[in-house]
Amino acid sequence: MKNTLGIVFSNMHEHMMSDLTPHRCMGSIPIGGRYRLIDFALSSLVHSGVKDVGIITKTNYQSLMDHVGNGREWDLSRKIGGLVVLPPSTHAQTGQSGRVEALNGIMDFVKSRGAEYVITTDCDTMMNTPFDDMFDAHIQSGADITVLYKKMELREEGGRDVYVFSLNTDGKINAVLANPPLFGEQNVYLNVMITSKSLLEYLVADCYSRNLFNFERDILQAGLDKYRINAYEHKGYVTQLNSLQAYYDANLDLLNPQVRRDLFPRGLPVYTKVQDDAPVRYGLSAKVHNSLFADGCLIEGEVENSVIFRGVTIKKGAKVKNSVILQGATIGENSSLDCVITDKDVIIREGRAFAGHHTYPVYISRGAVV
Amino acid sequence: MLLAGGQGNRLYALTRRLAKPAVHYGGKYRIIDFTLSNCVNSGIDTVGVLTQYQPLELSEYIGSGQPWDLDRIHGGIYVLPPYQSGSGADWYSGTANAIYQNMQFILRYSPDYVLILSGDHIYKMDYSKMLEYHQETQADCTIATLEVPKHEASRFGILASDARGRITGFEEKPSEPKSLDASMGIYIFSTESLIRYLTDDNANPNSHKDFGKNIIPNMLGNGARLFAYPFDGYWKDVGTIDSLWEANMDLLDPSTPLDLGADWKIYARNAVRPPQYIGDGALVQNSIISEGAEIYGTVDFSVVFPDVTVEEGAVLRDSIVMPGSIIKKGAVVEYAILAEGCVIGQHAQVGARPEDTPDKDNWGIAVIGRGITVYPGSVVPAKAMVEEDWSTSGSKETEEALV
Repeated sequence: MKNTLGIVFSNMHEHMMSDLTPHRCMGSIPIGGRYRLIDFALSSLVHSGVKDVGIITKTNYQSLMDHVGNGREWDLSRKIGGLVVLPPSTHAQTGQSGRVEALNGIMDFVKSRGAEYVITTDCDTMMNTPFDDMFDAHIQSGADITVLYKKMELREEGGRDVYVFSLNTDGKINAVLANPPLFGEQNVYLNVMITSKSLLEYLVADCYSRNLFNFERDILQAGLDKYRINAYEHKGYVTQLNSLQAYYDANLDLLNPQVRRDLFPRGLPVYTKVQDDAPVRYGLSAKVHNSLFADGCLIEGEVENSVIFRGVTIKKGAKVKNSVILQGATIGENSSLDCVITDKDVIIREGRAFAGHHTYPVYISRGAVV
Repeated sequence: MLLAGGQGNRLYALTRRLAKPAVHYGGKYRIIDFTLSNCVNSGIDTVGVLTQYQPLELSEYIGSGQPWDLDRIHGGIYVLPPYQSGSGADWYSGTANAIYQNMQFILRYSPDYVLILSGDHIYKMDYSKMLEYHQETQADCTIATLEVPKHEASRFGILASDARGRITGFEEKPSEPKSLDASMGIYIFSTESLIRYLTDDNANPNSHKDFGKNIIPNMLGNGARLFAYPFDGYWKDVGTIDSLWEANMDLLDPSTPLDLGADWKIYARNAVRPPQYIGDGALVQNSIISEGAEIYGTVDFSVVFPDVTVEEGAVLRDSIVMPGSIIKKGAVVEYAILAEGCVIGQHAQVGARPEDTPDKDNWGIAVIGRGITVYPGSVVPAKAMVEEDWSTSGSKETEEALV
């Protein structure tokens, strides 16, 4: 995928994950023990050979900037191209009212880049896949726009922030449905799109001039007659994060060896910021089963079916089950957590007990002392 | 100036194709990470690493120096191998000669002081405090010292000093040590003195061109101001199989005064791997385990590096397993060091506990060299040094049966 500019939307879908996003954007939500959501988008782009990436921001992007830095960890610290965090444009009067406005705000950046094609992605999915095949399909089909989708089950209780495609046999989209009353297996948009840079520039300018801001409705849906819009199926693993429940499930999904093989294959690492933590130390009284641990942890208690992020301390006699413990937590002696998500730097004092249900995890907010 | 050219031949299989400072330690580090991190944490931003023996992997590991924040516009890290000049080409013939040959490097930066280090030791030390001491005493040379047990003193360079810390005598590996203050091989020189004594020493054809044997005694003989700087933290020379094993095991002891997680961070080139996974039937206690490892068996009193797999029913005890090694189902590894990329076949037995070894003289840590396969069902006895694929008779057939 040479000659392609990557554009990453760091904020889209945040309202679906409101517990986790009061102080951080979608892209900087911690996930999988040591990652942030944007790591998957950036790593997939880098594995596709994209060397020029702009990250669109809206609000709460400080932790994101801290995380991505100059892009070196993704090999995107370059003289030619490389990673650029794009602050929100200040002349937008009411903040970004949609994807089109966000893109309009960065058009100078897009125009300044020599790329012929553009690939855009959000930070709402956990997948690690090169987009080369999708790109080849885009070129071979002669499509104006190619979008990525996955056949997946839509459940009633799932988040409702989805676009569903109805497809012809040749992959051309004949209908785009926003949050349709459909359940069961559907062609769900993964918010990844490839088009030519010149068409993107035209579409954004055209929509903006007509006061249209919704990319999916005003370009994909309304443009089906004018443009050839194709869909490309993602066959590998993906999980879309559109609710706290989905976030919980996505983390625990990583305990499945097949999921780990799909997400972290040899040769296609998911890059992330290095923190220089010491390896995990397990104490004499540690009992751990079916769990993931990131560096910097000290484990002296019992842990089962859980994902433990960096720098967590689990003290003697503590029992952590079916839980997702984010960075820097301290779980006190003889406390007990079952089906709990603790956000960053939570302290659970001695003897406290919390239990949710695997269909309704308890969420403990960042920095809380319980 | 970090002396990293040592062969480390007492680490045998572990240093066959690897310079000693690049040997793995502590679950994710290499030995040199400690000295480099000490430099950076002490505010030193220009470091020359003098390499000679098997430098390829060490040079690759150091790279641009970025993991230690040593990729600088001014200064930074430089790998300094021996080179050819108009007057000929020489290997580094001793520690002093290695520095002498890189005089031009030192002079480029016109430093006031030069810190000489070796890349073979595990310790945390603030060199800036030692430098303050050097400045206060207006010394020509300051030597960091450590009190060692009496029975070990004859392995070290032993110093005698007066009440103010001024060194009055120095003996390299004395048979009857006069004190217990050992040189740690850490020297701060005022640049002018260093150049003078190195130049004089280099002109002497009978010199060993060694700091401990020549430079320090010469300085003392000339009445130069040498001071001892006492250090009382954790310090371990990891030059032998036993000491490397012990230094790793020390990390499992909460009373060891070496905290890898504390403020004085030890930086390393990190593997980009997912978090470690501990399986359903695993038993993991009192161990250190690193990223990308997958543990389905028993791990007890062990240090496990990135990407190691311990399969179901396998047992790892009192051992060190370096990156990427696999311990297959039912294998038992005890009191052993496995280098990178080893495969321990199903139901193989590597090493033995001292209590299970009748002949105590033949007990020791078993070592499996890099990339070695121990065939299924084979037995590697205690103290073995395995440098070729290992199969005890008939076990290759066992392997076929097990596949």
